[in-house]
Amino acid sequence: MPLLTVNQLTKNFGGLAAVSHVNITLENNELVGLIGPNGAGKTTLFNLLTGVYEPSSGDVLLNMDGKEARLNGIKPYKIADLGLSRTFQNIRLFKDLTVMDNVLIAMNSKNKEGFFSTILRLPKFYQTEEMMRQKVRELLSIFDLEDKEETLAKNLPYGQQRRLEIVRALATNPKILFLDEPAAGMNPQETAELTKLIRQIQKDFGLTIVLIEHDMNLVMDVCERIYVLEYGQVIAEGNPDEIKNNPRVIEAYLGGEI
Amino acid sequence: MKKNLKYNLTWLAIAAVIYFGLFALYNGGVINLFTDAIIANIGINIILAVSLNLIIGFSGQFSLGHAGFMAIGAYATAIITRDNPTFGGFAMGILLGMLLAGVIALAVGIPTLRLKGDYLAIATLGISEIIRILIINLSGLTNGPAGIFGLPQFSNWQVIFIMMTLSILIVSNFIHSGPGRATLSVREDEIAAESMGVNTTKYKVTAFVLGAVLASVAGSLFASYQQSVFPQDYGFMKSIDVLIIVVFGGIGSTTGAVVAAVVLGFLNMYLQDFGNLRMIIYALAIIAIMIFKPSGLLGTWEFSVKRIFNKFSKKEDDSNASTNS
Repeated sequence: MPLLTVNQLTKNFGGLAAVSHVNITLENNELVGLIGPNGAGKTTLFNLLTGVYEPSSGDVLLNMDGKEARLNGIKPYKIADLGLSRTFQNIRLFKDLTVMDNVLIAMNSKNKEGFFSTILRLPKFYQTEEMMRQKVRELLSIFDLEDKEETLAKNLPYGQQRRLEIVRALATNPKILFLDEPAAGMNPQETAELTKLIRQIQKDFGLTIVLIEHDMNLVMDVCERIYVLEYGQVIAEGNPDEIKNNPRVIEAYLGGEI
Repeated sequence: MKKNLKYNLTWLAIAAVIYFGLFALYNGGVINLFTDAIIANIGINIILAVSLNLIIGFSGQFSLGHAGFMAIGAYATAIITRDNPTFGGFAMGILLGMLLAGVIALAVGIPTLRLKGDYLAIATLGISEIIRILIINLSGLTNGPAGIFGLPQFSNWQVIFIMMTLSILIVSNFIHSGPGRATLSVREDEIAAESMGVNTTKYKVTAFVLGAVLASVAGSLFASYQQSVFPQDYGFMKSIDVLIIVVFGGIGSTTGAVVAAVVLGFLNMYLQDFGNLRMIIYALAIIAIMIFKPSGLLGTWEFSVKRIFNKFSKKEDDSNASTNS
């Protein structure tokens, strides 16, 4: 049984079907690419899977140790608790908070300090706090951000902001990580580093990663399987080589014959 | 762990110094009835501003209903101490006010906190007015528009000082913790917060209820200090007064709220002789702040004992390093 099953998922905005009858499956510890021309519905699909939008019809089913949980219509914070985490296409960090706080917030729902032990500063509060900070430091060091702890998120350079978003998403301890254009705006060297990092975290954390990206080198390089979306529909699925040679995909990207 | 104890003890020492400073002033006969009233008012305004800042500055929800919650505390205390003029009655009044304000804030917060910006401001303003009008009309209990007077005075500057310190402690402990950070994330970006597992509604409501409960405490202290309650004291303008303190000090800074309450308190005192001109000067001061420092006196800056200690230890390290070399 796959980790996540997307069944006939549809989202209509008025008369426009931004996502229509999409079927996708994600296996455990798999790196999947999601590509398609602008406006194909990639980000909408992410928003549906993470609960930001409610589907018009169809199902999203998460495999929880053999039991299936239906994710449609569940609030985003509960979906995050179930293990689906994401980054955003247009960076959505908590700009006026420090790097440390940004990541700590993502750990909040799984490390309850308790209202009263917080107000009264009981030992439990300090213990939980120290334990969380230690974890954050470990995560930050993977992404070369360990010396930025006290920097405000908005003061980080662009590439580091993108990396911090991934750290923050990882801090929720996800099973599936959705990365929405993680390499957008990065230079080739930064992209190469990111590619390495994505591979590494997939391996180290045993994650399933879904990746929207326009940088085809990156996609073809890291993804084991690729879905291609056009006008809200899946037009192709397969490994990078199959996708590269798929006439439907070439047509979608370069335009077909008239 | 030891470090934390050091920081907490420093805070305690700061509070003690201010307390005994005031104590000396009172015993030295420097403080007359008029300045006593100013000090009491500043203390109460600090509680109000710090709690409103929790709602507006930290959770980012624009509330104009603070006077309503203050009225609940004031009337709870007034009614109980009218029938039971003991310190126990006063304490019960405070607790009952807190409970009522909390329950009402919870009941109205859950539906209204779905609104944003101006709409939320109007909704909370409406709630505050409903509370006031209810108080006026429940004349059997509240003596209607005439108010209740001749109450015993249980809140003196010492009681107010202790409650003020506790309020600041509760709010800043809350903010510098997991739930507090979650509240801040709601202000920063609601969609991102939800996607990171933060139940945004819960934290908005928590901040709103905590703010309302503290406002009720301020109301209790105010009523008992004034020895009277009148519904017109808890109108729209009272909410605006508190809002001004918060904006003046810097939205999102507890330190700012405290400093602004003190500064505006003394400004009010010195402007007392100018009569109605006072309001104009007051307004000009606020306009000046908005022009020259739009983020308020302190912006989002916070006074931090930890930072000072860190600075000192860094200096020590530096001097050690220089002597070594």
